Amino acid sequence: MTLLDSRTAPAAGQDRPQPPSRGAATLRDLGLGIRFAAAGGREGWIRTLLTAVGVGLGVALLLLASSVPHMLDERSARDQARSETRISGSPDTNAPKSDTSVVRINTTTEYHDRTIEGYLMRADGTAPVRPPGLDRFPAADEMAVSPALKELLAAPGNELLRERLPYEITGTIRDAGLRSPGELLYYAGSDTLTPASGGHRIAGYGDTRAGDPLPPLLIVLTVMVCVVLLVPVAIFIATAVRFGGDRRDRRLAALRLVGADIRSTRRIAAGEALFGAVLGLLIGLGFFLVGRQFVGAVEIWDVSAFPADLVPDPLLGVLITVAVPLTAVLVTLVAMRSVVIEPLGVVRRGRDRGRRLWWRLLMPAAGLAVLGFTGRVDEYTYAPVNPYLIATGAVLVLVGLALLLPWLVEACVNRLRGGPVPWQLATRRLQSSSGAASRAVSGVTVAVAGAIALQMMFAAMNADFNRMTGQDPSRAQFAGYSEDVTGEAATAAIEQFRATEGVEVVIGSVQAYASKPGVYAEDDVPPTTSVTVGTCETLRELARIGACQDGDTFVVHPPGDKDMSQWVDQAARKGKVVEIGSGYGKPLRWTLPADSPTVQGRKDPMGDTHYGIMATTGAIDASTLPGAQITAQIRVDKSVPDVAEHVRNTAARIDPGMRFVTLDSVERDRQYASIQTGLQVGASVVLLLIAASMLVSQLEQLRERKRLLSVLVAFGTRRTTLSWSVLWQTAVPVVLGLAVAVAGGLGLGATLAWMIHKSVSDWWLFLPLTGAGAGLILLVTALSLPSLWRLMRPDGLRTE
Amino acid sequence: MPEAPRRPTPQARGALETGTAGQGHLSDVYTCRVYTPCTVLPMSIGHTLLGLLESGPRHGYDLKRTFDEKFGQDRPLHYGQVYSTMSRLLKNGLVEVDGVESEGGPERKRYAITDAGITDVSRWLMQPEKPEPYLQSTLYTKVVLALLTDRSASDLLDSQRSEHLRMMRILTDRKRKGDLADQLICDHALFHLEADLRWLELTAARLGQLAKVVAP
Amino acid sequence: MIPEGSLLAAHDLRKTYGATPALDGASFSVHPGEVVAVMGPSGSGKSTLLHCLAGIITPDSGTITYAGRELSAMSDAERSALRRSDFGFVFQFGQLVPELTCVENVALPLRLNGVKRKAAERTAREWMERLEVEDTAGKRPGEVSGGQGQRVAVARALAASPKVIFADEPTGALDSLNGERVMELLTEAARSSNVAVVLVTHEARVAAYSDRDVTVRDGRARDLEHAV
Repeated sequence: MTLLDSRTAPAAGQDRPQPPSRGAATLRDLGLGIRFAAAGGREGWIRTLLTAVGVGLGVALLLLASSVPHMLDERSARDQARSETRISGSPDTNAPKSDTSVVRINTTTEYHDRTIEGYLMRADGTAPVRPPGLDRFPAADEMAVSPALKELLAAPGNELLRERLPYEITGTIRDAGLRSPGELLYYAGSDTLTPASGGHRIAGYGDTRAGDPLPPLLIVLTVMVCVVLLVPVAIFIATAVRFGGDRRDRRLAALRLVGADIRSTRRIAAGEALFGAVLGLLIGLGFFLVGRQFVGAVEIWDVSAFPADLVPDPLLGVLITVAVPLTAVLVTLVAMRSVVIEPLGVVRRGRDRGRRLWWRLLMPAAGLAVLGFTGRVDEYTYAPVNPYLIATGAVLVLVGLALLLPWLVEACVNRLRGGPVPWQLATRRLQSSSGAASRAVSGVTVAVAGAIALQMMFAAMNADFNRMTGQDPSRAQFAGYSEDVTGEAATAAIEQFRATEGVEVVIGSVQAYASKPGVYAEDDVPPTTSVTVGTCETLRELARIGACQDGDTFVVHPPGDKDMSQWVDQAARKGKVVEIGSGYGKPLRWTLPADSPTVQGRKDPMGDTHYGIMATTGAIDASTLPGAQITAQIRVDKSVPDVAEHVRNTAARIDPGMRFVTLDSVERDRQYASIQTGLQVGASVVLLLIAASMLVSQLEQLRERKRLLSVLVAFGTRRTTLSWSVLWQTAVPVVLGLAVAVAGGLGLGATLAWMIHKSVSDWWLFLPLTGAGAGLILLVTALSLPSLWRLMRPDGLRTE
Repeated sequence: MPEAPRRPTPQARGALETGTAGQGHLSDVYTCRVYTPCTVLPMSIGHTLLGLLESGPRHGYDLKRTFDEKFGQDRPLHYGQVYSTMSRLLKNGLVEVDGVESEGGPERKRYAITDAGITDVSRWLMQPEKPEPYLQSTLYTKVVLALLTDRSASDLLDSQRSEHLRMMRILTDRKRKGDLADQLICDHALFHLEADLRWLELTAARLGQLAKVVAP
Repeated sequence: MIPEGSLLAAHDLRKTYGATPALDGASFSVHPGEVVAVMGPSGSGKSTLLHCLAGIITPDSGTITYAGRELSAMSDAERSALRRSDFGFVFQFGQLVPELTCVENVALPLRLNGVKRKAAERTAREWMERLEVEDTAGKRPGEVSGGQGQRVAVARALAASPKVIFADEPTGALDSLNGERVMELLTEAARSSNVAVVLVTHEARVAAYSDRDVTVRDGRARDLEHAV
């Protein structure tokens, strides 16, 4: 209302000549407030600085968040710029050979749980196209690497990686060719790569098509993350604006004594808040600009950002600039409504009735209802998800929790009676004013509840994925696929895997296809099935084979699939000839022995079901096959150090382009872990912010009670007694806040999991965050203690 | 500073408390030497006795007893004082003899107040006491003399202070044991003593200044 | 040096805050059950003397003996324990914990001494009754009058059955009627329980409730009854 006054007043002021006009008075009062904030002596400065630094921290976080869209845009722009130019709808289509074309193969590998993206490239002509960030096309056995990879290769203890990438480093990839500063990327040159050996010919770089829209799940996640991290920041800013409020109220009372009216005091307070907030904006901008320089070192979810990528969205930037001072003024005015500033002192308006529950419950309930009605989405939902509805729902739930907290704290604390002296002091203190504590803690509640909900969602997704793939990491931990190799090479590869250190079992098979010979019409498909060649031991992993001797052959039916079984029988006719081929070279004619038993297939460790013809190595000499695909499923002795890297090195030696998968979902686990870490780090930062604001109010409160503390010391009150009371005073609201957060977070998490058709896999994810909450209590207490002990001196008794 | 004359005097309230119409007068005059609190100076004994008679005729003996009970705990009235006062009042027509009794003893006169007596009491009660300006103080004189003769004025003030406090302690003790009337009477004295004490303290703090003025 | 039969005695205390001497050779003693007023102008060192006597602060030099024990030889923890068990305190204002009810405030010293809550509050109520403030038991200090609050404070000082009560301008914030009542109740309760009272005041009428007075001037205590 005061703000409206300031806008409408000048016109009205001109009509009425009597001084001072309302507009002038408003301006004068605001100016007076600013002067108090800026020139209120040491005390005033400390208060203003506290507010400004608090607001600044919040603003810096907001600016960071508002930079995320630009950062992602830049990242995906660089990503697109280095993707190959598609020449047709099919990604497999090879570009025509020219002077500039390049054959390349993706040789991405994993090292110590980090992904190293790589390409092996061979120029067709004299002027090969180069990906962005690369100045020179690498010659054979040379490579250009990203700075992070260069560092990793140079670091001691990484011999296995150097062995895997045995190329000479001749160049560094510039930032323009990297998604993020920490990315591990290399481009290596080759003089043997051909399309026949797995290469893919490209004409140039730069994918001009629009990027894929964010998948709906990701939208939900993004919205949730924003809400979870930004709501507490907003709460924190609102708390920071109130720093030193008591002292200010007393000063305003002194102003009332010399004649300022109530409106005037409100405007002066608004002016003070405004000054603090504007100063906070500047400090926040400073924090942001300085912090941006170090952001490259931070890596969350494999994502780090170049400082130049972090540019706030202009619209959001303007919004922050306007909203923060406005919030500051509004919060101040609202806070002052509960205080009557009289000329002779400050009267806090007694709350004649307790806080009401029903409307506080309304909000989270409404939020859950919105989420419920938004419906369920999953990876296959193509109908656009309305992220705004989800955002609304989540915001309602989380803010609702924050609103629920003051009621809960009041309700609980008012029931507390007796107990030991420190407990009594703390609970009584909370009973007389639980508002400040609840406000600060509501930030904790939102952060923790949101983080729990998100983690539950991720955990559910992760667990679900594991269940669905049917992979069995106890049977094999790695699987390698290599296409288009000769049968001879394939058998050699399997032998090499067997010889690798730490490998226990290799379920190595060579696959080709077999079809019924004959001449077919154009629209007729020859009955075809697969041929799998391996040892008896291998074949037993793939089918339910009883007796097996080298030289045996089997016809394998997929279990429970009659149609496919018939199709298999049409291709694999016992006692008849089949043609075995792989798309390259001349097919091999081979007779399926008439005594081959028919057995049922079985899932391999990858979760795939195998069927068709299975032959032991004695029946078909794999090395005579014209072309084949190797599948090597490898079980290792996990106790051998770096066993994974040894196996991967073998794979790279056999074929740098081999697709190599880790079965025990290490990668997904890691990604999940990084999400979890990210959320926990984010939530912890928020907790730290809240801890800072709790600490400030705690210290303020202690200073206000200097005299009382001295009196208690005079009585012989022990330090420990008062220290415990300070601890309880923080602990009680935080514990209640965490309880609300855990309950609310679990509820919201279950709802979100339901929305994406997943079931909750882990109900205990809140433990680390509650641990962080406990840490917060200890931190605030520990940092208050020196001040408490300093104040517990008899100086406060001296009145003279 | 002297008290505002219109304030109801403690004894008036004390009289109302006891439900009698009798009125008395306590001296507000305290000097530094004479502390006879809770007494009525001779010149107002006549008015006090007249006031006591307003509630009904009494014998001289009754008058003395009532007087002592209400105002004279410190110093009981002498019988002689009662009778000489009564004879003066009789002579002035303010009281008259209401009757004489002699039941197995000496003859006793019963006195009653006359209309003139009532008028006299009213006039006396309504007439403000002259505030005592305390312009002459023995103590001040002592201090100046001490300074002039190079004796320790500070010691003098201290011992006076101590004496004052001793008296205040006695009065406080008595106040604690007494009834409301006692408390009011003692408070009156205590406040005066306190005023003196403040003067003593102030003077002690200004001795240096004073020495320069009186004995340069 | 130490007067015969004294409970608490100080000899030649010196204490300096920065460059200003607050105590400059002050001596003092109080006997069991005795009420001693410490008087003197503002800034004379009255409160510093009281704080030294109570073991709240340690003098730079001089000796303080309480019941045969040397206070300055005690550790901070020992002095705290002594204050809990043997001393009671009444100050001018701001001494009641504003969030605790009056009865909880009175029970506080007992509870600090390890008395169970129920028992402590029962004793507290008895003392409150004695000081005529039993009706304030459930109220917060902010809801009672200044005189009542001060009487609650006196009840608190007496509740733990101390041997000495230190009262620093206990009536300073009260009008004379309330002040007198507080003094009356304090000295009466102290005398009947044989508790010594060290009463710091600048008001003669308050000091008049004492058995003896000591004047502090320029950091030196002058015990007139002994000196003159």
